Amino acid sequence: MIYEVSNIAIIIFLFIVGLVLGVSFYFARKTKSAANYYAAGGNIHWAVNGIAFAGDYLSAASFLGICGMIAYSGYDGFLYSIGYLAGWVVALFLVAEPLKKLGKYTFTDALDSRFNSKHIKLAASISTLIVSIFYLIPQMVGAGDLVVPLLGLPHWMGVVIVGSIVIFIVATAGMTSTTYVQFIKGALLVVFSTILTVYILQNGLSLTPNPNYHKFAQTAAFVTNDTVVSVPDSAYSIKTTKVVDKLVFVKLAKNGSDCWFKLNVTGDKATLDEMLDITVTADGVKLYNGAPKSEKKFYQVGHLSKIVVDGKEVDKTGPVGPFEFIKTIEKSEIVRFSKKSFADEGNKVTVYYQKITKGSDVMKPGLLYKLTKAVGATFWDRLNFLSLMLALFLGTSALPHILIRYYTVPSQRAARKSTIVAISAIGFFYVLTLYMGLGSMISGALDVESSNMSAPLLAKTFGVGIFSIISAIAFATVLGTVSGLIVASSGAIAHDFIDKYLQVKMTDKAKVKAGKLAAIGVGIFAIVLGILFKGMNVSFLVGLAFAVAASANLPAILFLLFWKKTTAKGIAWSIIVGIVSSIGIILFSPTMYEKYGLIPKDAPIPLDNPGIISIPLAVITLVVISLLTQKDNSTKDFSK
Amino acid sequence: MLHEPAVKTGIDKAAEKKAKLGVKMFFVYTLVYAGFVLIGLTKPELMGLELVGGQNIAIIYGFGLIALAIIMGFIYNYFCTKMEDKMNKN
Repeated sequence: MIYEVSNIAIIIFLFIVGLVLGVSFYFARKTKSAANYYAAGGNIHWAVNGIAFAGDYLSAASFLGICGMIAYSGYDGFLYSIGYLAGWVVALFLVAEPLKKLGKYTFTDALDSRFNSKHIKLAASISTLIVSIFYLIPQMVGAGDLVVPLLGLPHWMGVVIVGSIVIFIVATAGMTSTTYVQFIKGALLVVFSTILTVYILQNGLSLTPNPNYHKFAQTAAFVTNDTVVSVPDSAYSIKTTKVVDKLVFVKLAKNGSDCWFKLNVTGDKATLDEMLDITVTADGVKLYNGAPKSEKKFYQVGHLSKIVVDGKEVDKTGPVGPFEFIKTIEKSEIVRFSKKSFADEGNKVTVYYQKITKGSDVMKPGLLYKLTKAVGATFWDRLNFLSLMLALFLGTSALPHILIRYYTVPSQRAARKSTIVAISAIGFFYVLTLYMGLGSMISGALDVESSNMSAPLLAKTFGVGIFSIISAIAFATVLGTVSGLIVASSGAIAHDFIDKYLQVKMTDKAKVKAGKLAAIGVGIFAIVLGILFKGMNVSFLVGLAFAVAASANLPAILFLLFWKKTTAKGIAWSIIVGIVSSIGIILFSPTMYEKYGLIPKDAPIPLDNPGIISIPLAVITLVVISLLTQKDNSTKDFSK
Repeated sequence: MLHEPAVKTGIDKAAEKKAKLGVKMFFVYTLVYAGFVLIGLTKPELMGLELVGGQNIAIIYGFGLIALAIIMGFIYNYFCTKMEDKMNKN
């Protein structure tokens, strides 16, 4: 897709970046001690911390990923919103207060508080690093994706800009500046997502999303034995026919240019419907609808094919209320765009064809996750769904960069209150994701090449001003989350590993310096990974981070808090087994096989989401090893 | 050498009672969440069933889970604060 850069976008972007850097400068002067660097001195107000939680948690995966997933797969994308929010219940009811009581700066401190064990320090610091880095990559990739339309810069520059700003934020004032950056971003994200939702509802539903929306060509066809034999309209001539997974695609020529159509047969009537196509020729030239990108023949899509209000078909609804919006979509029909790739005369062709979908199917699970026998759901499909919902539920309260936020508030009561503020803000935002996602689906806003850009592009249909603000906030979203991740990673390296595990003697000032150096190191590493992983789906790696966190960290936290027989070795081994089993299952999953260029069906483990196997494995390991090493505990005094 | 919190907090006499309440509320929410997942697994067609005001079970249950988390959060905080005020005063 070709994006035009606007000056307003650049000004708003610079303003937000300036604001963030200003905050960092302001707090840099106050960051002298390790307590300040890692835990903002433990003096953040609970309300600020609550919104900062939201700013930390609502990453590019939530804003860009979920909205994009809803825009393409309806309710199945919203399952992520439900699961991500439900995870906070575990944090509030089980983890928040005890963890606040046990820890000092990091999640490892809390796990190790009763044992002072080298095994735990090592295992937990490795786990923090792995989870944080898995989480970092998609944020950096997302930053690159955003910079392309916003500032007209290449992807790698976006990654370098984010990386440099974040290194600056963290290395100047650590957790204090990170907290305020996350606070500003969390508040802006919720406020402007609300404004965007109001725009969507005010606009209502219309068969013509905007006056410039592409009019899809349709022509009659004569068909014999599923093959198009002729087209009555003499303006067209048939060039090629391809059958891919029982779908018939036909290349037609008109006025000297080629265009791909899809055959649709209903009863006796056969039609050919225009598609979007991207062709990569044998010599590597990429053509969009048969022309180079600069000719702008590619367009944004997504529309309603039928709107039903009170049993009657209408062309548009006018402004609607939030429940009426959902009800109307449920009764109407939506044109979604599905993708197929095939080879044609040595060229690689990818087509995006119109798929009329009932609104009632969009508004319930099933478009992405196969659940019913009618659509061929297998045992493994269902297990995948269960595994995903389990990992989302248990992953949140095991994410190290979220847990460290409990050490920035002064008391357990403040920890609890800030979690409730976070749940309210995040829950409200997740309700909005449904409206933003569905809004993108029907507003002719979708760029079929990048589902991640659905929400910002929807904003663009309402004007360049709101688009610029939303994109700049999305960019700030990445800044906020990446800052938190880098603080967590630098804590794992400098505090958990160097200070506590290796027991290198350092003054408080040297500890801060070590933390800053670790932050710079992780930041540079993140920049490199962000460039290497270009094109990776933003939500894929975040889902993976959740599964690894839920498997490696959550059993350790919960058993430490609720089972007195837990031992240090039990915790350490459970973390290791959780990491190895979850990553192992992911590496041999169908999705990864597809990424390796192998056949997904050949994958030895037919599961994409590992939680259902790796979480119980970690729990069993913890229980068995703890029972075997009970004598270790008999020498310790836990009365404190 | 045990780790200590960044900020020293006093002894919280209500900690045990709060933890018990937390566990109970966690199980209540988990049951409701499990119900949602179970419908998705066993009777996904039920999700499309219209319930009230033209809204189907998927929407009402999904929004309900988000709203329930927020409401239970406030209830939990109310009781915890009450316990803290009462038990830590004496």
